Amino acid sequence: MKHLLSIADLSRDEINEILDTAVSMHEVQHRDVKKLPTLRGRTIINFFFEDSTRTRSSFELAGKWLSADTINLTGKGTSVSKGESLRDTVQTIDAMGVDMMVIRHMASGAPAQIAQWTNCSIVNAGDGTHEHPSQALLDAYTMRQRLGDLEGKHIALVGDLTHSRVFRSNVLCLTTLGAKVTLVAPATLMPAGIADWSRADGIELSHDLDAVLPTVDAVMMLRVQRERMSGGFFPTAREYAVTYGLTKPRLSLLPDHAVICHPGPMNRGLEISGDAADAAQSLVLDQVSAGVAVRMSILYHLLSGDRTSEGSAA
Amino acid sequence: MSPARDRDPEGSTDETGGRVVLAQAEISRALRRIAHEILEGNKGSEDLVLMGIPTRGVPLARRLSDALHDVEGVEIPVGTLDITMYRDDLRSQPTRPMERSQVPEGGVDGKVVVLVDDVLYSGRTVRAALDSLADLGRPRAVRLAVLVDRGHRELPVRADYVGKNLPTAHAERVSVRLSDTDGTDQVVISGPATAEERA
Repeated sequence: MKHLLSIADLSRDEINEILDTAVSMHEVQHRDVKKLPTLRGRTIINFFFEDSTRTRSSFELAGKWLSADTINLTGKGTSVSKGESLRDTVQTIDAMGVDMMVIRHMASGAPAQIAQWTNCSIVNAGDGTHEHPSQALLDAYTMRQRLGDLEGKHIALVGDLTHSRVFRSNVLCLTTLGAKVTLVAPATLMPAGIADWSRADGIELSHDLDAVLPTVDAVMMLRVQRERMSGGFFPTAREYAVTYGLTKPRLSLLPDHAVICHPGPMNRGLEISGDAADAAQSLVLDQVSAGVAVRMSILYHLLSGDRTSEGSAA
Repeated sequence: MSPARDRDPEGSTDETGGRVVLAQAEISRALRRIAHEILEGNKGSEDLVLMGIPTRGVPLARRLSDALHDVEGVEIPVGTLDITMYRDDLRSQPTRPMERSQVPEGGVDGKVVVLVDDVLYSGRTVRAALDSLADLGRPRAVRLAVLVDRGHRELPVRADYVGKNLPTAHAERVSVRLSDTDGTDQVVISGPATAEERA
């Protein structure tokens, strides 16, 4: 494994290996000395063309706790704002001899394109509406810690599917791990062609959240992106909250063992109520805590090991 | 651990044609002797902590704790120490899965930690174990107990307690099999090893 561009590139065994290693990494997080010497002398650039709090800081912490040198760059304040092309910018950084670039970009496919232009390892930290693989891995990790093996588990993803890269990576990850997935959204927020896609993978579609909730082991609420709310996808925020939000009355529909996830940042009162976000079965903060451990595991798997015989397998 | 099958290992072979150098009875005898030596060196069982190095150091540490219990009547805490992240060959070997480190209750600060492993060879595992241990705390002293010392050290490392010194050729392969992990208790020397088994 040289790059992490899409969950589709990972086999079930590879996903499980990353998650298993993350369990051990998670224990390191609770030590007094939170540092492992594993990636000493390696350099990682976090290149974020889009805003991010948790993804960027957790990738940075993950690198630092594995003793790699990490540098953060944003689109603003770099030569990108002077009009340099993406290709020239990333090739300049690659020429400095870095080992890995963690890329977040507003264009779908940008990390895959950058992987063609450079020699270093590329991690996709979210590209447009395409994928966010590290988020899907940490979601799977968090659910697995609470629910056990995800094989046969029923997981509902609820919300804005059209614009969600988290959902795309999650569907790939969860179905690869053998979970049953139901996608719940208003018809206007279901991506075109999803019916074909879902039939092929045994994924269910639904517009009725109340009918789905009693059968799930986990429900993941997806963020309604504020910038989409003027796009006419639903009449009002209030109506969305009532129809598709995880409101307090809906909490009682969930089975006792079921857990609630949200990749953050949350819009409290819109897709998730304060009661649901702070409920005992909410894993929102566990997800953040797992984020560093899972990203340490990703960095370890991409940057350790002898890759000379592997070529550039992505 | 009853010495039920006490046979002369010399000359016997395992199913793959390797030479059996230690059988079940010798292994438990060696562990009992090491237990006595540890107690003697430490002047009792005070502050002792056993840390097994995965994979086979872990069941060995547990057996050593049982042997110490038989002699002294006290429970010696047993932990595991994963050294994967501290290896010096991470970039030249295929990626290894990380195991879990488990520090027994009471920690390692101020304790006499006995590292337990199956085979002492290059000494690189022990070097990594010392670094790993330093990140978990500050023991008063660190000792090393191994079932087999096969020589060929590449670092200035020596064991305090050795089950058996086995002169071997570099190319030979020493396999420790334990009932906990392999279904049988024996130490076997067999023909030339492949590169990745020099761990």
